[in-house]
Amino acid sequence: MNWLRTSSFFSIAAVLAFTTVIWYGAAVYLNSDVLIDKYERKKIDWNFTKLVEDSWAMKRPIMPAPHQIMLDMKKSIFGYKISSKRSLVYHGWVTISSTLVGFAMGAVLGILLAVGIVHVSTLNKSVLPWIIASQTIPILAIAPMVIVVLGAIGVTGLLPKAIISAYLCFFPIAIGMVKGLRSPDPMHLDLMKTYNASKSQTFYKLRWPTSTPFLFASFKVSIAISLVGAIVGELPAGARAGLGARLLTGSYYGQTVQIWSALFVASIIAGSFVFLMTVMESKVQKRMGVQA
Amino acid sequence: MNESARVVDARKVDLVFQTSDGPVHALSEIDLEINKGDFISLIGPSGCGKTTLLRLIADLEKPTGGDIQVNEMTPEEARLQRAYGYVFQAPALYPWRTVEGNLKLPLEIMGIDKTEQARRSKEVLEMVDLSGFEKKFPWQLSGGMQQRVSIARALTFNPDLMLMDEPFGALDEIVRDQLNEHFHRLWEETHKTVVFVTHSIPEAAYLSTKIVVMSQRPGKIIDIIESTLPEKRTLDMRDTPEFLALSHRIREGLRAGHSYD
Repeated sequence: MNWLRTSSFFSIAAVLAFTTVIWYGAAVYLNSDVLIDKYERKKIDWNFTKLVEDSWAMKRPIMPAPHQIMLDMKKSIFGYKISSKRSLVYHGWVTISSTLVGFAMGAVLGILLAVGIVHVSTLNKSVLPWIIASQTIPILAIAPMVIVVLGAIGVTGLLPKAIISAYLCFFPIAIGMVKGLRSPDPMHLDLMKTYNASKSQTFYKLRWPTSTPFLFASFKVSIAISLVGAIVGELPAGARAGLGARLLTGSYYGQTVQIWSALFVASIIAGSFVFLMTVMESKVQKRMGVQA
Repeated sequence: MNESARVVDARKVDLVFQTSDGPVHALSEIDLEINKGDFISLIGPSGCGKTTLLRLIADLEKPTGGDIQVNEMTPEEARLQRAYGYVFQAPALYPWRTVEGNLKLPLEIMGIDKTEQARRSKEVLEMVDLSGFEKKFPWQLSGGMQQRVSIARALTFNPDLMLMDEPFGALDEIVRDQLNEHFHRLWEETHKTVVFVTHSIPEAAYLSTKIVVMSQRPGKIIDIIESTLPEKRTLDMRDTPEFLALSHRIREGLRAGHSYD
């Protein structure tokens, strides 16, 4: 049971328990107005116990209780065939696939930009300000335009959403890698110079390995915002699948429980991605001889 | 001495750094000749420009006046021909490479084939007494061992000229003595030309055939002392009158250099 003492199990469990208690209380508080209103209209006798019980079991609560969300998740993940439009596995997969494609595109773009910026001083002066400016445009404003413009030339489905993800996630990767590729020790760079190493040798044998901690740090940020990009890309009218579409239909029909379970699934996916990155990072670090 | 044996030839070399606080005159009117097989120590107080002089020879800096020739070429041409091995103040090993990987680094860059890479890295590791440490990462080695790997790395491609910038400066006295003795033996076997920056008088006296004493900024050469010690040296020799006389002369030179300011 040693892992119990050393792992963060207890601290996580404590935070979870605390949040759950607060949540149940908040559900009562937030739903009580609607319920009391109903009781008085229908002249129903009520006491506090009834109020609490009812506020945790409403069909369209303002704030659903955790167990309602869990039950809805259970139903929509395990209760339908995964090809069904009601299945959260189906919607989750739609979002995951465009997240991953967008992340891959953003990673390639971000790394290429960083390599260019580090090696070509004109790019350093001309491109960096545009990269920063690109991130000042709210993604909610540009996402529908990307969908509409690409739709007009016949590109629909996964690609437009992936492009929105890539647009969001190339930025931390580019900025992180510019810093990472510039991080070698001056002595290590001088050493390369004494060997008369070419620029590409210096890149593969020094700059790239030196930048790996920066690469993984930016990957962890990027994979999470890539998911946000995919969901935002599913919000504009027309998207019929994905967690974003699920959120949108949920809010059309006042299905708050459905919204919350989609949100939960989204955060579970994001958490798993970041966890996977951490595992990859520690594998790579081990190969690179980082002191355990 | 015939002309082809001239390894470094510096004439009236000047170097002024432009910094944000104004120009800094680092080196002034340096005249220095280094012949094949010489072991030259550059000794002087901190900030006297001895490292800078070494970097000029290595083409890691450019002089602002005068002329330097390395193997009768410009330092840049010599660097492009990989004429020297450079050992830095710190081991400067790549932490993600094992000892063996670090030794192979210059060989990989120079395009030497894999079997030869393995043979040479094994050979130099024996030279510095570290056989068996091939698979270790730098952090698993002590400071002295790391510096030995760094010297071995400079030896892998067998350069005729070794440029060494206070390679033992960060080590404690005992390890330093061991490495001095070891390195002297290596030099005796190979007779490479060595330019060795140090601020330790015993180290300079023990290792060198010629000691170049430099003054405070702007760095100038005050004295060039030919060693009177026999070629074969032991650490015990440091207590002989000859050794003490040599040390004394170096100290006098250093003191003269200080009286400038």
